[in-house]
Amino acid sequence: MTLWTDLFILALVLTNFKLLATSRLAALIKTTAYQAVALSVIPLTLAARPWPLHLALLSLVTLAVKGGILPWLLRRAMREAEVQREIEPIVGFSASVLIGMVLLGMSFLIAVPLKLSVPMQSAFLFPGALFTTLTGLMIIVSRRKALTQVVGYLVMENGVYAFGAALAVQEPLLVEMGILLDVFVAVFVMGITIYQISREFDHIDTDRLSELKG
Amino acid sequence: MTGRISLIYWLSALVLAPLLPGVINRTKAFFAGRKGQPLLQLYHDLFKLLNKGAVTSRTASWVFGAGPVIGLAAVLVALALVPAGGIGSLLAFPCDFVFLVYLLGLARFATVSAALDTGSAFEGMGACREVQFSLLAEIALLLGFAVLAAGTGQLSLSDMFARLWSRAQASTNSTALLVAGSFLIVLLAENSRIPVDDPNTHLELTMIHEVMVLDHGGVDLAFIAYGAAVKLWLFTSLLVGLALPLHTGRPLIDLAGIVAGVFAAGVFLGTIESTMARLRLIRVPQMLLVAMALSLAALFWVLR
Amino acid sequence: MLLSIVLVPAVSGVLALFIPGKAFRRLILLAGGIGHAAAVSFEAWTRRPASAGAWIGLDAPGLLFLLITSLLFLATAVYTVGYLDREANRTVRDRQEGFFFRNEPEAVFIGCLLLFLSTMSLVCISRDMGLLWVAVEATTLVSAPLISFHRHHRSLEATWKYLLICSVGIAMALLGNFFLAFAGHGKVHLNIDHLLSAGAALDPLWLKAAFLALLVGYGTKMGLAPLHTWLPDAHSEAPSMVSTLLSGALLNCAFLGILRGHSVLGAAGLGRFSGELLVFFGLLSMSVSAAFLINQADYKRMLAYSSIEHMGILAMGMGLGGLAASGAMLHAVGHSLAKGMLFLTAGQLLHIYGSKAAGDVRSALNTAPLVGLLWLAGFLAITGSPPFGLFMSELTILKGALESGRWGVAAGYLAALGVIFTAMARTVLPMVFGQPAEDPPQAPGPSRRGSPLWVTAPVMLLAGCILLIGVYVPPVLWRFVGRAAALAGGR
Repeated sequence: MTLWTDLFILALVLTNFKLLATSRLAALIKTTAYQAVALSVIPLTLAARPWPLHLALLSLVTLAVKGGILPWLLRRAMREAEVQREIEPIVGFSASVLIGMVLLGMSFLIAVPLKLSVPMQSAFLFPGALFTTLTGLMIIVSRRKALTQVVGYLVMENGVYAFGAALAVQEPLLVEMGILLDVFVAVFVMGITIYQISREFDHIDTDRLSELKG
Repeated sequence: MTGRISLIYWLSALVLAPLLPGVINRTKAFFAGRKGQPLLQLYHDLFKLLNKGAVTSRTASWVFGAGPVIGLAAVLVALALVPAGGIGSLLAFPCDFVFLVYLLGLARFATVSAALDTGSAFEGMGACREVQFSLLAEIALLLGFAVLAAGTGQLSLSDMFARLWSRAQASTNSTALLVAGSFLIVLLAENSRIPVDDPNTHLELTMIHEVMVLDHGGVDLAFIAYGAAVKLWLFTSLLVGLALPLHTGRPLIDLAGIVAGVFAAGVFLGTIESTMARLRLIRVPQMLLVAMALSLAALFWVLR
Repeated sequence: MLLSIVLVPAVSGVLALFIPGKAFRRLILLAGGIGHAAAVSFEAWTRRPASAGAWIGLDAPGLLFLLITSLLFLATAVYTVGYLDREANRTVRDRQEGFFFRNEPEAVFIGCLLLFLSTMSLVCISRDMGLLWVAVEATTLVSAPLISFHRHHRSLEATWKYLLICSVGIAMALLGNFFLAFAGHGKVHLNIDHLLSAGAALDPLWLKAAFLALLVGYGTKMGLAPLHTWLPDAHSEAPSMVSTLLSGALLNCAFLGILRGHSVLGAAGLGRFSGELLVFFGLLSMSVSAAFLINQADYKRMLAYSSIEHMGILAMGMGLGGLAASGAMLHAVGHSLAKGMLFLTAGQLLHIYGSKAAGDVRSALNTAPLVGLLWLAGFLAITGSPPFGLFMSELTILKGALESGRWGVAAGYLAALGVIFTAMARTVLPMVFGQPAEDPPQAPGPSRRGSPLWVTAPVMLLAGCILLIGVYVPPVLWRFVGRAAALAGGR
């Protein structure tokens, strides 16, 4: 079982590098969908077979929401705001990949003293989840377009969710559903706001949203 | 017994190396719907070049002539360091992978010096690009070797590859795949394949490797072409050793398997060349950074 | 029955969203507010202790914040009815920059207001950290359309900052929840009662990490520096009654999340650690707001920074514990009342003078006497002058600090309060006093000078409450805030 968990966590880490290295919004959105696939499988690989029903249900719903509905919402927002790519990010792509490597190292370093006392078979879950969260933060901070920042928020949520994956066997189903619902509505509301911003400003570069000062 | 098999492998690599570019070209032709060059084309070219004379510039010095010779010598020794999957290499000692990387660096240094020695602007440009890309590629290569060393606990390439797939260690196997991915990118960069460099281009401004050897002719050019084929075989056999678990225990079968694997990888390379477009030059360092990131991720994985 | 506190406004909100008819919507807004207040009063009267391990329950801190929220909502509901009569569904000319903009559809606005009330109530009554998180995130999402009521670029910028920064912060809070679960070795449910009873059995390293994450997460929503950057924009661009609810109710509810974490750490013996962190962030917030209040040209932004300051005081008081914690709880009440009063008055000032710049408002006492007087009274109240209630609470906090020997903290606290008083006085006093000017916008026409009842009534109600607390704090109120402070982690 550890082999499969490790493989999917590795896939998660690789998708994070892809997110840091690409500038096309369509690729960003597709990669978050792949992340969702890896994410929804991880709790299943951690639990012993036969899988409890609520765990399977949770994985399915996660896959549907994070892998299907949210990317669809983002693609719609992308179409309406008529943006294709991040032209001039605040931190360039080579620098982003380098910073990603540093963040990965940091995640492994931080994981060493914080031994998870939850019976977790994989030693890579904590670094992988932490790396995903940090990647999300990095994307939010270093990109201009509002839509990319929403993608960064989603990635951050994916990272935090990965932490919860270790607990998925114990955590009540209701709360997990609530979290998913919140994320869905969050992206929905953000998409609407982006549409309004693009209509009002004719761009969605958030670093140009700097009128309110002081 | 192992010594003899390693010698047989080295000799067969020397003989079969020019066949590899032939396989790649044939694959590309297949994708393009052409019949393509004969498989043995490079052999014909080498024979032709060896019988030709060359014209050397009066402003070039001995460095210009020494470049191809040193380059070929270094690559031949480097080939002796590379194991064939589970079979050990001809030369094996602890930390021989460092020696390997330095040999490749020596070959590169010789080529670049010869290019700069001509005083031509084009060749200087090619030398500049070559060195810039190799800087990143070398780091990725070394990191990949470090991963293998850390994962298998061995310091010699032969031991590393022998141990690699024989143990059923999950984490080492998945990291071997990561390192294989990284090595693939390094292969494409170091051997001037698409998407880094188009070997068929005739525009000097777009060349990287080809333009460095513009002024060489005759025997020098034969050495360069043969050296390039051997280098390609070297990298491909490293890749195959990483990606294919082949340890039947019978040396001759393993040897045949590796050789077959190398040609299969040649077909794979031809496919990559046919399906991808050449990258813009500013994208190549980014691609190499990705190779570095893959190696680094594998390193963290193995070190935990 | 307890659930009705959440359901009544939620159902009203959904009805307001979908059923057309202006009169109906106004009616449902008032009905929702009154129904909510009735439910809360009923629950307060017939308080049963919550069964351990229940998902929802009402304890002293939750009830305190819930009562504040309810009262504020009633006041703003009355204000909103009149405001919408005046403002909604028209193309308006922006007074600052001169372009035309439309307002949001009324249905969305009223619906979101009621849903906002519902989600805030859910925060106050939830006893499960996971449910608390869901509710706090829901408040962010539901209040975002409220901020962009005036559909123009400034408010959209404010809304975007609010949405993104608060969502990112709340994602950190979710991380804190998971860390809490790790601290319990995956066996303790995230219910407050379970966590409190587990006490020292929880892993201390994970608990500390959890509190840090919760502090950063909910602290972003609460407006603690340095995570406060969305607050001045959001609170100044939103219409006044929305700012009232945001400053007076939402910040408190976010603070409740931090308090739950603080109480868990206190039960596990790590109360000192979380207390020190709270004191640090509290003092930092006060200093940052003091810095930005000096020379503040926009009076609504001034009020927003004042909110940051008071949240800092709350955090500091709770972090000090003991008497200061009770003072902090009383301060929460006083701040909400005073801030509500100020924002509603500011809204009327904006209508009369047509500008948010303090330099454009002159001699309010002469031009619009009642509004000017209320503005002056509000300023005195919010800066902690007697005879208003905030003086009592700030004094209590100071007393608590001195009694526990925290001289440095007390010195910083007093210094910040002094700077803030002076800075705000520099902005407010010229607005209120002075000779009336000749030319607009400082001399508004007579049609704008009068203040309708729907403005003055809520404001005077709130002013009366804050004055009352200032003059006499009933012992039952003291006991109530004391119990709330104890349950919220004040040692």
